[in-house]
Amino acid sequence: MAQIFPKSANAIARMSVYGAIFVLAFVGWAFDALNRSSYNTRAFMAREQPIPFSHAHHVGGLGLDCRYCHTSVESSSFANVPPTKTCMNCHSQIWSTSPMLEPVRASYRTGQSIPWTRVHDLPDFVYFNHSIHVSKGVGCESCHGRVDKMPLTWAVSTLQMDWCLDCHRNPAKILRPQEYITTMGYQPQGDQQELGRRLMAENHIQDTRVLTSCSTCHR
Amino acid sequence: MRTNFLAGMLLLTAAATVACRQDMHDQPKYIPLRGTEFFADGRSARPLIEGTVARGHLDDDASYYTARGSDGKFVAEFPFPVTKPVIERGQERFNIYCAPCHDSLGSGNGRIVRRGFRHPPTYHIDRLRQAPAGYLYDVISKGFGAMPDYAAQIEPRDRWAIVSYIRALQLSQNTSIMDVPADAMSVLDQEGGQ
Ligand code: HEC
Ligand code: HEC
Ligand code: HEC
Ligand code: HEC
Ligand code: HEC
Ligand code: HEC
Repeated sequence: MAQIFPKSANAIARMSVYGAIFVLAFVGWAFDALNRSSYNTRAFMAREQPIPFSHAHHVGGLGLDCRYCHTSVESSSFANVPPTKTCMNCHSQIWSTSPMLEPVRASYRTGQSIPWTRVHDLPDFVYFNHSIHVSKGVGCESCHGRVDKMPLTWAVSTLQMDWCLDCHRNPAKILRPQEYITTMGYQPQGDQQELGRRLMAENHIQDTRVLTSCSTCHR
Repeated sequence: MRTNFLAGMLLLTAAATVACRQDMHDQPKYIPLRGTEFFADGRSARPLIEGTVARGHLDDDASYYTARGSDGKFVAEFPFPVTKPVIERGQERFNIYCAPCHDSLGSGNGRIVRRGFRHPPTYHIDRLRQAPAGYLYDVISKGFGAMPDYAAQIEPRDRWAIVSYIRALQLSQNTSIMDVPADAMSVLDQEGGQ
């Protein structure tokens, strides 16, 4: 029986061993890109909400401070989503017959919660705490972006570990004075590096080794 | 040949099973804001049973928490000394919770009012200047007429801080040039003309 492959096929075989490295690398890269893509993390994707609540109107348009609604953000680990009563503070009189707000009024009448859809959701094995960040000079904007321009809320980060670590390795680049914590569109006055270094010292920010050690976030 | 095949199958199986189970991502525990199917109303945070007193919240100091003295009248004095940090805290809280309607000077022309909310009175009228501090505290805690109450959003200590800042606003809007101390007057004279 004659040979199926000519002798020159050996070269192709050798080439394909070499090529496999690239194929594997490509598969690895594609997997990583998919893992970080907003298809997987759902970053930059607005969620359908029971009421089309718009931060753009309430924060951008009316100038409300985040803490008017997210009252617990400075004092506890989580930022509360406001109870129906907070909406009714104003909507008892404003747009009080609008059908768009009927779910709010229904919730106020019956005492049933409004089933808001979560936008950010860390895995349960990660420990996150708002109050430490907010009271040490990390503004809402640094993590949540320009909320005042969002007609429906979306996340601006992957919420993956490298995102946390990227900042924990060098928080000086984003620290801001306490009075601008909830400000949107903040611009540092003067040099951010210098300001950051001063705030690092003033706020007693711990060493990078502490902030990047596993037990800080996985406790 | 056979080992290659086995190794290949193993790799495939590993690749197929990775990141499929999310048990540790969504652990069966209640974290804030997570709902439940156990209770009919779907809330994992349960309402307090009537009469529950949380630790540190006995709130038995009536003049502090209700702003009324033992005679049932509003107290005129602050329950703690009003210092600069207290007024500054009050200013910050005022701008968050009150300025949307009362505006940052307290004249009652906030943005929500301009969008159709009932117009509140300005703070700079005699009736409110003479009202005891306890009365202002009570308006924050219980609301007043068309104004909603802020008991759930503002801690008692911050309510007092806001009252101290309203007092500062009232003073600042009700002074005449004669109230300026003599030594500061000369500074004003020099710089005022520019
Ligand atoms: C008028 C009340 C109100 C104000 C003021 C407000 N929010 Fe919200 N916020 C809400 C409500 C209601 C939701 C839930 C619906 C949604 O996700 O859009 C929410 C959701 C969010 C979420 C997403 C939560 C999740 O599900 O993960 C973020 C982040 C957020 N707000 C940040 C901010 C920031 C930052 C500010 C200040 C710039 C702010 N909010 C001001 C009412 C408010
Ligand atoms: C401080 C007052 C205030 C609070 C608190 C408030 N709103 Fe509003 N809301 C307004 C005003 C004023 C408008 C009208 C906006 C305009 O005219 O641009 C509005 C408009 C709306 C609209 C109409 C659509 C739109 O985006 O313009 C919706 C829906 C709405 N609010 C939902 C909510 C919900 C849900 C809450 C509670 C989380 C809430 N609001 C809390 C003042 C408030
Ligand atoms: C260091 C980054 C960071 C900063 C600063 C920050 N957040 Fe968040 N925020 C997060 C993360 C991460 C989550 C998701 C938490 C989770 O899933 O447990 C989140 C979740 C939320 C939620 C949803 C409810 C919750 O707690 O899970 C709201 C509302 C919110 N943030 C509002 C705010 C506001 C308002 C501020 C500013 C006062 C702020 N955040 C500052 C990172 C941040
Ligand atoms: C934009 C910057 C930034 C981002 C993003 C960020 N952090 Fe932080 N984090 C800080 C700063 C600044 C501190 C304060 C450090 C200190 O007090 O020493 C801090 C402190 C903490 C602490 C408390 C440390 C301790 O034990 O004192 C925890 C826990 C934490 N971060 C978790 C997280 C997690 C989880 C994420 C990602 C979901 C995250 N952080 C994202 C800046 C950031
Ligand atoms: C600044 C906070 C922070 C620190 C420090 C940190 N992690 Fe994480 N880690 C996270 C977050 C947030 C996630 C969730 C990522 C996601 O959802 O994709 C995570 C996820 C993980 C996962 C992946 C689990 C999975 O199923 O995807 C492992 C493994 C892990 N961390 C190990 C470590 C180890 C080991 C260290 C110490 C070298 C460490 N982490 C330090 C925040 C942190
Ligand atoms: C949603 C809009 C709104 C907000 C926010 C608001 N108020 Fe008012 N306030 C009103 C209105 C409207 C009135 C007039 C009520 C009436 O006459 O029926 C009023 C009246 C008052 C009065 C006068 C009571 C009297 O005897 O005439 C005081 C004092 C007052 N508010 C204090 C505050 C303080 C302090 C805050 C912040 C914690 C605040 N208000 C936040 C709308 C508001």
